[in-house]
Amino acid sequence: MGRTTGIIIAAAAAIVILAGVLLFMLGRGSETAVNDLDKEMSDLQLPSADGSTPPAPTPAAGGASLAGKSLVVVSWGGAYTKSQIEAYHKPFTAKTGAKITSEDYSGGVAEIKAMVLAKNVTWDVVDMELADAQRACDEGLLEKIDAGMLPAAPDGTPAVQDFIPNGITPCAVTTIVFSHIVAYDDTKFELKKPTKLADFFNVKDFPGKRGLRKTSPKINLEMALRADGVPAEKVYETLSTKEGVDRAFRKLDTIKNDVIWWTPGSQPPQLLADGQVTMTTAYNGRIFDAQIGEGKPFKIIWDGQLQELDVLSVVKGTKNLEAALQFIAFATDTQRLADQAQYIAYGPARRSSLPLVGTYSAKPEVDMKAHMPNAAENSANALQIDFLWWADHQEELNQRWNAWLAK
Amino acid sequence: MAAETLSEQYKRSGKSGRRAAFLLVLPLLAFLTITFFLPIFNMLNRSIDDPTIDRLLPRAAESLRAWNGKGRPPFGAIAALADDLARAQSLGTVGQIATRLNFERAGMRSLIMKTAREAKTFAPPYAQAFNAVDLQWSDPEVWGVIRHASATRTSSYYIAAMDQTRKADGTMVPRAEEEQVYILMLQRTLWVALLVTVLCFVLGYPLAYFISQQSDRTRNLLLILVLLPFWTSLLVRTTSWIALLQTNGIVNDALAFVGGDGARLELIHNMTGTLIAMTHILLPFMILPTYSVMLSVPPALTRAAVSLGATPWTAFWRVYFPMTLPGAAAGGLLVFILALGYYITPALVGGRTGQLISNMIQFHMQTSLNWGLAAALGGILLACVTVLYIIYARAIGLNRLRLG
Amino acid sequence: MTALKPTPQEKFEKVFSRGYAYLVLAFLLAPLLIIVPLSFNAEPYFTFTPKMLSLNPDGYSLRWYQDIINNPQWGEAIVNSLIIAIASTALATILGTLAAVGLARSNLPFRDLIMALLISPLVVPIVIAAAGMYFFYSSVGLAQTHLGLILAHTTLGVPFVVITMTATLSGFDRNLIKAALSLGADPMTAFFRVTLPLVAPGMISGALFAFAASFDEVVTVLFIGGPEQRTIPKQMWSGIREQISPTILAVATLLIIFSSLLLLAVELLRRRNLPLGQAQR
Repeated sequence: MGRTTGIIIAAAAAIVILAGVLLFMLGRGSETAVNDLDKEMSDLQLPSADGSTPPAPTPAAGGASLAGKSLVVVSWGGAYTKSQIEAYHKPFTAKTGAKITSEDYSGGVAEIKAMVLAKNVTWDVVDMELADAQRACDEGLLEKIDAGMLPAAPDGTPAVQDFIPNGITPCAVTTIVFSHIVAYDDTKFELKKPTKLADFFNVKDFPGKRGLRKTSPKINLEMALRADGVPAEKVYETLSTKEGVDRAFRKLDTIKNDVIWWTPGSQPPQLLADGQVTMTTAYNGRIFDAQIGEGKPFKIIWDGQLQELDVLSVVKGTKNLEAALQFIAFATDTQRLADQAQYIAYGPARRSSLPLVGTYSAKPEVDMKAHMPNAAENSANALQIDFLWWADHQEELNQRWNAWLAK
Repeated sequence: MAAETLSEQYKRSGKSGRRAAFLLVLPLLAFLTITFFLPIFNMLNRSIDDPTIDRLLPRAAESLRAWNGKGRPPFGAIAALADDLARAQSLGTVGQIATRLNFERAGMRSLIMKTAREAKTFAPPYAQAFNAVDLQWSDPEVWGVIRHASATRTSSYYIAAMDQTRKADGTMVPRAEEEQVYILMLQRTLWVALLVTVLCFVLGYPLAYFISQQSDRTRNLLLILVLLPFWTSLLVRTTSWIALLQTNGIVNDALAFVGGDGARLELIHNMTGTLIAMTHILLPFMILPTYSVMLSVPPALTRAAVSLGATPWTAFWRVYFPMTLPGAAAGGLLVFILALGYYITPALVGGRTGQLISNMIQFHMQTSLNWGLAAALGGILLACVTVLYIIYARAIGLNRLRLG
Repeated sequence: MTALKPTPQEKFEKVFSRGYAYLVLAFLLAPLLIIVPLSFNAEPYFTFTPKMLSLNPDGYSLRWYQDIINNPQWGEAIVNSLIIAIASTALATILGTLAAVGLARSNLPFRDLIMALLISPLVVPIVIAAAGMYFFYSSVGLAQTHLGLILAHTTLGVPFVVITMTATLSGFDRNLIKAALSLGADPMTAFFRVTLPLVAPGMISGALFAFAASFDEVVTVLFIGGPEQRTIPKQMWSGIREQISPTILAVATLLIIFSSLLLLAVELLRRRNLPLGQAQR
């Protein structure tokens, strides 16, 4: 009966395909069973003789030739990635011969975690928010970086002292200081202009919709408390109490129904441009881009800005560890950090870089120093985001944040 | 084999036929088991199976499990924890312990991290050594947290998913009201699914009826018009709704043209947006089965009812409607099931108030990385879907499932 | 239906159903129809500009289509989508067809349970499936590979093939084979000349469904795909979340044309099937 024969042949073919797929999977992955993910996680950290995690090898000082090597550097995309390509990638390639591929992602730890678990690490260097890097470091997803390999400032100040506070952590080296600020559309406020953070919560005198970041209570709670009159140095102390959190949410309640929520950083300038909001929180660099780059009538309120750090990290298990570390050492030297500020309005993380900051590459008449979040005149009333406090409280406040959003 | 006669074939078709039939199904069944069922099972297992603490703090976990959670923790447990933490510090696994415990209680992360750094130097009496690092260690609740987390089988994720929390001695209490969210999301998801089903029925039934009454030619044309959105990418349709409904979109521009700027409505990035877009996407699933049942109802039946004295409305309501109800029920149940699991549409057009339980699962999967909680929420959602799916298979029959 | 007297249904229809039905149809189609002209907007807005409304040619342009061509990411996305969709469709069609043949035999034990299992990928919430796959594919090294996505999309495409093929085979008359055999055809000939032509249309429409499902799938791509697996839906997803530039509308228009073609193909196949006494929808 030939039909059956045909079918059985086809079935056999399918089973062969299936077996091939399975073999492939087993070959690619480990011999571990499906359930062993967590075990793999702890296997990632190998103890060394003295009981501490071994530091990564220090790359050769002068930067050996890396010709023929290639690195995948992952960042946030848009103007920010462009600034890194100009300031870091191109000169690094010119110096060492290593080819750099740039990839975009939208932050977070999930992709890195998947990669490390899969032992299929395709990213080498990742640009992360410090809080995320800290979390990934805790979970053993990032390589340790020895601060000793970072070059000193031109005047000889060691890197450890040249970087701003928290600029160097076990798995991360800070490149920039960015800032969460309030921006508004100048054309929407004719008589009275908003000048301070508290005006963002004053819908009566400054009418119109507001834009707020949806993804996390971080930023929003701090801003609410600052606007409610809590001084910068008391913010986290206040947030550590139930009353303090209640106070922050009460403040947010006052504008809850006037908010349009944004997620990626490219959205706030868009919301302002479309007239969907009159005022929004945003990353200062994005507003700079719209304001100076595209000539939009936007203004930044620096009062009450929240500063956060953005870092470079190396994904655990990369095949290009040495090149990756060399890249980080190169990218975070004094000159490179100062160069980056020609392309985007984020502040360099080294003290020695700040005086070297020049003019905007696209418009040489614009002095970038005035647009740095950490320039003295902008940071008078600034708050540093406490990433370690957030590591402790993120979970608990996420719960409350999601509940507040849903209701 | 070719020479086999028909009667011989008939004879063979008993046992070996059964085996052949099974062999044919086997490759796909095996494939799905490996790529679909096992992964889901494994994922759901994370909601009750959490060996992190048991594995990384083995001795402390063992002695804390023996403690009843009342009063102070036993000395043995305190000493064991000092030892385990020192070891974890040297192995570099402290971060995982800290992260895991922080899911249970805020602040555990930094407490564990700083204690572990000192743990190597601890000497008896250990309780004092712990308290010297941080006075929080004198709170039995802190030890209770480690005790609960040390069980390899844990119910704490399901407890969290039910908006409850547990005290050191194991009693459950509801979370503070301002932190309750999952029950609300589950209710909201069920409510949205129901609302979308009703909307699909209200819109779909009359349209299906209308189409079924047309001539063959028109019928086919209209049916293609219904199928076109069905075949169009979900993302395309969601994009269109954003373009149509946003503040400066076409609908609002039209409203503003008529009634001035004050007439603009908030139609998207809220619950309204989710409802409109989901109804649009799921509507064909209602229309198609309803229509196919309507085709099978002979028109003579209602005519007979009328000729026997029924008003047209009564004839429709008492004769036609009950006969077509199975089709609408099949469509409605399918719409309901599919709506429960919607993720993309609420994520893109739901704003703050139009999010569903799937969006919460995604949040815990990819943002907070609290996988146990994601698994627990997934388990609850999957249970709902499975029950409805079984009802569908039993009451309607999977053979009735048609795709246009 | 040439009744002399209008039936109650027809009366009901006259008062109510025609207008209402056209409104519902408009609701179904408006989003698709409006996006097409908007994709030719010369301005970066999602609404008709006065120039467009006055049919001034200056109001229209192909710039957003130009954008697709100029942006290498879209090209890459199209290639990836095609590779993944074609491979997963092939796999789903082979596996699904075999299973459907097995299911069509009345003597299969636990037929209903097996059928329910095979169709379940259609109803299991996609986030749960994607989460499961994320862990599993990560642990075996398939996350962030094309193969991983192909396997994921195969599972999601299988129910479509099984449903369509089961329907096709349920209308398939085995006596035709027996007749062919008894008339002296050898079994291979019978298979290729009788069985295959009869079931092929159902198989192809199942395959097209599976293809469309893969081509539109974004959740598993977001969970287990990496930067190398940029597909059209993923590219659209990030575009919509960031700033829906009219480029997205241009892509959407192209996808609408594409899905219309798929639909047309399936309809033609269905027509071909009808004379064989297929169960209609």
